[in-house]
Amino acid sequence: MYQFSSKLKIASLILIVVGALGIGYGFLSAPSSLEEAKEMMAHQASHGDSHDTANHDNKDNHEQKHANKEVHGHDANSTDKHAEHVYHQLKNRPWSAFYVALFFFLGISLLVLAFYAAQRVAQSGWSVVLFRVMEAITANLVPTSIIMVLVILSASVFHWNHMFSWMAEGTFDPTSDNYDAIVDGKSWWINIPGWTIRGIVYLLLWNAYRWFIRKNSIAEDTANDGYKTYKKNYNASVIFLVVFMLTETMMSWDWIMGLDPHWFSTLFGWYVLASLLVSALTVIAFVTIYLRSKGALPGVNDSHIHDLAKFMFGFSVFWTYLWFAQFMLIWYANIPEETTYFAARFNEYKLPFLSMLVMNFVFPILLLINSDFKSIPWFVIIGGLVILGGHYIDIYVMVMPGTVGGQGAFGLPELGGLLFFLGIFIYTVFSAFEKASPVPKGNPFLEESEHFHYYNIEHRGEGSEDHH
Amino acid sequence: MESSKVIHALYNDDEVLLDAVKAVKEEHHHIEEVFCPFPVHGLDKAMGIAPTRLAITAFMYGITGLSIAIWMTNYMMIQDWPQDIGGKPSFSWIENMPAFVPILFELTVFFAAHLMVITFYMRSRIWPFKEAENPDPRTTDDHFLMEIPVKESAVEELTTLLTKTGAVEINVVDKH
Repeated sequence: MYQFSSKLKIASLILIVVGALGIGYGFLSAPSSLEEAKEMMAHQASHGDSHDTANHDNKDNHEQKHANKEVHGHDANSTDKHAEHVYHQLKNRPWSAFYVALFFFLGISLLVLAFYAAQRVAQSGWSVVLFRVMEAITANLVPTSIIMVLVILSASVFHWNHMFSWMAEGTFDPTSDNYDAIVDGKSWWINIPGWTIRGIVYLLLWNAYRWFIRKNSIAEDTANDGYKTYKKNYNASVIFLVVFMLTETMMSWDWIMGLDPHWFSTLFGWYVLASLLVSALTVIAFVTIYLRSKGALPGVNDSHIHDLAKFMFGFSVFWTYLWFAQFMLIWYANIPEETTYFAARFNEYKLPFLSMLVMNFVFPILLLINSDFKSIPWFVIIGGLVILGGHYIDIYVMVMPGTVGGQGAFGLPELGGLLFFLGIFIYTVFSAFEKASPVPKGNPFLEESEHFHYYNIEHRGEGSEDHH
Repeated sequence: MESSKVIHALYNDDEVLLDAVKAVKEEHHHIEEVFCPFPVHGLDKAMGIAPTRLAITAFMYGITGLSIAIWMTNYMMIQDWPQDIGGKPSFSWIENMPAFVPILFELTVFFAAHLMVITFYMRSRIWPFKEAENPDPRTTDDHFLMEIPVKESAVEELTTLLTKTGAVEINVVDKH
């Protein structure tokens, strides 16, 4: 049995506290009034005017932010309008910083769950010894879901944040200055009650499957009932995968595409899926490598690491494929209502937008293409860190341009969000892992998984005599 | 080894063959060739054959294909006759790059795949009308054959060893 060391526990708590301080700093340093925002802008202007020009170039982004604006008096000379615009962006920043990290960790836990369900449904022989690792990671779904519910409620019911511009008052009211006919046309889908209920339903469905499968996976260990429990888990996983594909797609519309309500893309759901899936596989590899180094995973050998790295490699390419399929079609046809999305990203987020391609595609493809490298934990960790960083940036670039526009940065609020959720992740994952046997004894494919061997791997520090 | 004879030991099971290869290797005999009707996992390792470098050549061919595609798109679309086609920016290669990516990808795969296959044919000496080098037609159906060069004086000793490993038939033949 694995023992969650007190050292690691304290480290995770420190991360949570430090992260919370960073998040708190973000909220405190956001302007609380228009005057304060103007002051901050004046301060910014002394650094150079690049932000301003970028903002004006980008007409649609500007327009979108109008929906964000609440009805203040319309004396409307353009500098005042601009100041108000920036004020709302600055107020959005701590929320968005928190939201990016939350979505990143929530999505990773969710995709580990989906990958786990897929492994059960595929009756895969190699991954059974990793089941408890995956189950432990999905434990992080619980706290992130609870926090997500709070964000959903505070955005919709209490109107504490304005990340979703369509939630602003008057968007659907033809008599209002804020009226937005385009968004109004979509109000059958994006309306506050529907959005809130849908979000909570997604979370409930995912957590219900996680709760069920975790309980019954442990029950499988001692069931000894002619694989009845195993078959029940199989059936539940089949149903979950169908539910997951539907809810994941709608979740990506609601939680990410809804940040840019004028824009739409048909493959967006898969794109978000690919981004989270490759991160999820990387996280599985990380936790596996860590636990194996602590001697907590007796059945795991280099071939399992090799397979995880193959998945990381393959899905990195898959992500790139979807990213490019989305980008190139829009770039090629250049229809204004679609292009604005990339214009906003290319004008104001050029560095993260381009660097994520290097981090998510070029680096992993060159590092992990070699079969030998894929089974060396050290290489997998280097590749994985870059992949995770790249996909954090990916989520960042999905969220920030729609919420904070030209005011995006990576500072204490963003870092705080990351550390906060990393702390929660470490705490929940390792305390869940110590609660169950690290070997899923009742699984009919366990024997096969323990002897899993990829043909051209020489196991380092393991006897390879019993394989051929 | 200036031997003029070879021993052909036939087996009818891949597991038996694999153990036999290991046993023969242990006695430090050189195995010239093993003929199998299908791939036997771990045979190359048991025989001590060096890993293939075919994947490395494929990688280099892929880079070649990519380079050719970059050169070709740049020369044709940007340098030689930069027309305005539907408003696509043909001022520099990078500006129009997304439109070239499908070509870049396909040519990379094309070069990597085809040149690797041709390399494989050349290295394995396979071509149309090539005379088959099969010592016994049964090795294409259900028998495995191990070929060991042998000196006249060692025939006896090796035959005993091979019989012990479960060979179903042992022939001493002149080297071809």
